[in-house]
Amino acid sequence: MNAIDVKSQFQLSPEQDEIINQFERFGREELLPLQEKMDLEDWWPEDMFERFANIGALGTTVSPEYGGSGLDYFTAGLIGKTLAKYNHAAAFGWGAHENLCVSNIYRNADDKMKRKYLPKLCDGTLIGALGLTEPGAGSDALGSMATTATKDGNEYVLNGRKLFITNGPIADVLLVYAKTDRGAGAHGISAFIVESDFPGFSVAQTLDKMGFRGNPTGELIFEDCRVPAENLIGGENKGVSVVMSGLDLERAFVSMVSLGISERAFELALDYVKTREQFGQPLASFQMVQSKLAEMYSDIETMKSLAYRVLSACDGLETGGGGRGEIHKLTAASVKFAACAQNRVVTEAVHLHGGSGYMLDTEINRLYRTNKLLEIGAGTTEVRNLIISGELLK
Amino acid sequence: MSIATNTIAPFDLIDEQKSQADLHYRFFKDNFGDLEPEMDNTDDLPDFVFPKLGEMGYLGATVSEEYGGANLDFLNACLLGEEAARVSPAIALSYIAHDNLCVNNIYRNANEALRQKYLPGLCDGSKVGALGLTEPGAGSDALGSMATTARREGDYYYLNGSKIFITNGPIADVILVYAKTDKERGAHGISAFIVEKDFPGFKVAQKLNKMGFRGSPTAELVFEDCKVPAENLVGKENAGVKIVMSGLDLERASVAFICLGIARRALELSIEYSKIRQQFQQPIASFQMIQKKLSDMYTEIEAARALAYRTAAMCDGLEEGGGGRGDIHMLTAASIFQAAKCCSFVLDEAVQIHGGSGYMRDTEINRLYRTGKVLEVGAGTQEVRKIIIADELIKR
Repeated sequence: MNAIDVKSQFQLSPEQDEIINQFERFGREELLPLQEKMDLEDWWPEDMFERFANIGALGTTVSPEYGGSGLDYFTAGLIGKTLAKYNHAAAFGWGAHENLCVSNIYRNADDKMKRKYLPKLCDGTLIGALGLTEPGAGSDALGSMATTATKDGNEYVLNGRKLFITNGPIADVLLVYAKTDRGAGAHGISAFIVESDFPGFSVAQTLDKMGFRGNPTGELIFEDCRVPAENLIGGENKGVSVVMSGLDLERAFVSMVSLGISERAFELALDYVKTREQFGQPLASFQMVQSKLAEMYSDIETMKSLAYRVLSACDGLETGGGGRGEIHKLTAASVKFAACAQNRVVTEAVHLHGGSGYMLDTEINRLYRTNKLLEIGAGTTEVRNLIISGELLK
Repeated sequence: MSIATNTIAPFDLIDEQKSQADLHYRFFKDNFGDLEPEMDNTDDLPDFVFPKLGEMGYLGATVSEEYGGANLDFLNACLLGEEAARVSPAIALSYIAHDNLCVNNIYRNANEALRQKYLPGLCDGSKVGALGLTEPGAGSDALGSMATTARREGDYYYLNGSKIFITNGPIADVILVYAKTDKERGAHGISAFIVEKDFPGFKVAQKLNKMGFRGSPTAELVFEDCKVPAENLVGKENAGVKIVMSGLDLERASVAFICLGIARRALELSIEYSKIRQQFQQPIASFQMIQKKLSDMYTEIEAARALAYRTAAMCDGLEEGGGGRGDIHMLTAASIFQAAKCCSFVLDEAVQIHGGSGYMRDTEINRLYRTGKVLEVGAGTQEVRKIIIADELIKR
């Protein structure tokens, strides 16, 4: 057993450390200064994707032949975590583009579609999004899906609405799920690539969110939206495996966003309790504060350990894999733990900041307002519980 | 075995380690699988347990072969504890008190002569080991309030005082004991000694009657001018604090695995029970409130497990006297803090799922339930663990 180095089995590689350092610098210098204006004005900087492209953050997991950088999911997750630490809204826009749209197209589309869309999604000229959730289809995303796609010659005609779509208002390319066979339930769903200037597509509204402000979220409308038949991804009525394996990766990935946000909230709280004095001594000298710090630290180290473990396990996931078994259970557990732990960490961090943490224009308050989204999006905590218990009881 | 083909660290066990763990589990199950009910009743450890562990090569897990050890890495040694705890928490506890608290500490800190003298017997199961730190007046403040003294006279030290809550105390042949050699110097006046049970002046004052982990005997030990050869001093005089502190880091990393083993077994029992138990004409597993409990239990276990594995791996190769400070000090405290919290949570939910039957003393789930609390108390209370973490955080 001594032949292997058990430490390196549980540590980041020097290359991964270097990537984190690079994105730490980028985050601190370029993204953090944008945060306040983005939050106050719900402003998305026009050059954000250009910045992402310049630092090499786009098409992370896509092979170089399509313009990507061919990294593994794990390293892409580390990038996501670091972006989220310094600008959660920017990281969210990035993640919806990278993980939900680009990676899904890369994993499921045919060569022609890949060649058509990926290079521009990878160089930042096109922005991506994914459309699954609908006004009537939240947790029951597949069963209640009402958006339909009807074949008409060599086109599909889409009708319906998609809600809470990250990047929706700014996206050029959207991966959209719709029912091609209403009688077949989850097995009547197909995936399409929709361009924002296809006739019949429109953005109904940009939604006004509590947190993650700056990254626009939209309601999208499809009114006889005509999509070329070749833009169907992964076969008609085969969308469910695209959705489910995509959701597993999304969950593994989003855990890293929770981790980045938590790390930053903890950093801010720790700084604050060391400098803030009451009763003639720093807050950090009180055991009740120390108890909070220790619990936050343990939560962060725990979510990190699980998130790394699960994301690493996703790397071996074959195309169309996931959506069942061990990885389905583990990705749900990872995002569930991370989101709940993030809730605890940001809540305690605001508490430690006292009145100042309640002020809307502080960084810690912005982080606090990220709370709940990650317990709701990419499957609510309850849906995650259903996935896990479903697998445990099989 | 090589992970070189895959540049992404798995942050998890690799297949070979998983099969090792399976082998460990099968060994404990086959040899000790039916002992718990009787152990719980009598609070005695069957005599054949340690020799059997020795025969299997599980004793001295981290000790090199030249002293009769198995030369496993620290993570694999911890896996033994996890698998043992799934079968018998009491055997796992006695095993870890012997192997981690006593044997590994002697191996890491004693000189060659002491290693040669004590390790082979401890590694073949003919001798049982224990560690004596806690005292009636020295719990969380173990170092500051330590009242046991050791005074040098000629070639001997004379130890006076008492040690309490000592796992394996009633059956131990070899005990690593901490005592103050310089009362004025606080933590820096502590030394470590190897005491044999038949040294004059040593006695077991009483076997203590515990709520859980019954079968792993616990004692109060008394030292009355107990005569210990000067050569049995481990490390240097007054340098015991390093041994305690680094030893405690490893103990915490290791005891986290007992928590995991117990919690995993409790979840397993709960899943089985909720599938079989029918109420309102359906298995209780079909109710969402039960499903949520199972999901929460699983999530907490996998999260604590990920941290415990990572932490144990980081402990591997910790240099002599290393630990007791810095990242590893925080991480080991966090690992056991999380695992113990998880274990208590899981056990509570598991008994809840079992309903009235889980409240019955002679059920496995009830035995497991009764182990829970001490994992939040022993090897540093949850509060001490938090103080360790907070101190390190604030220092930076």
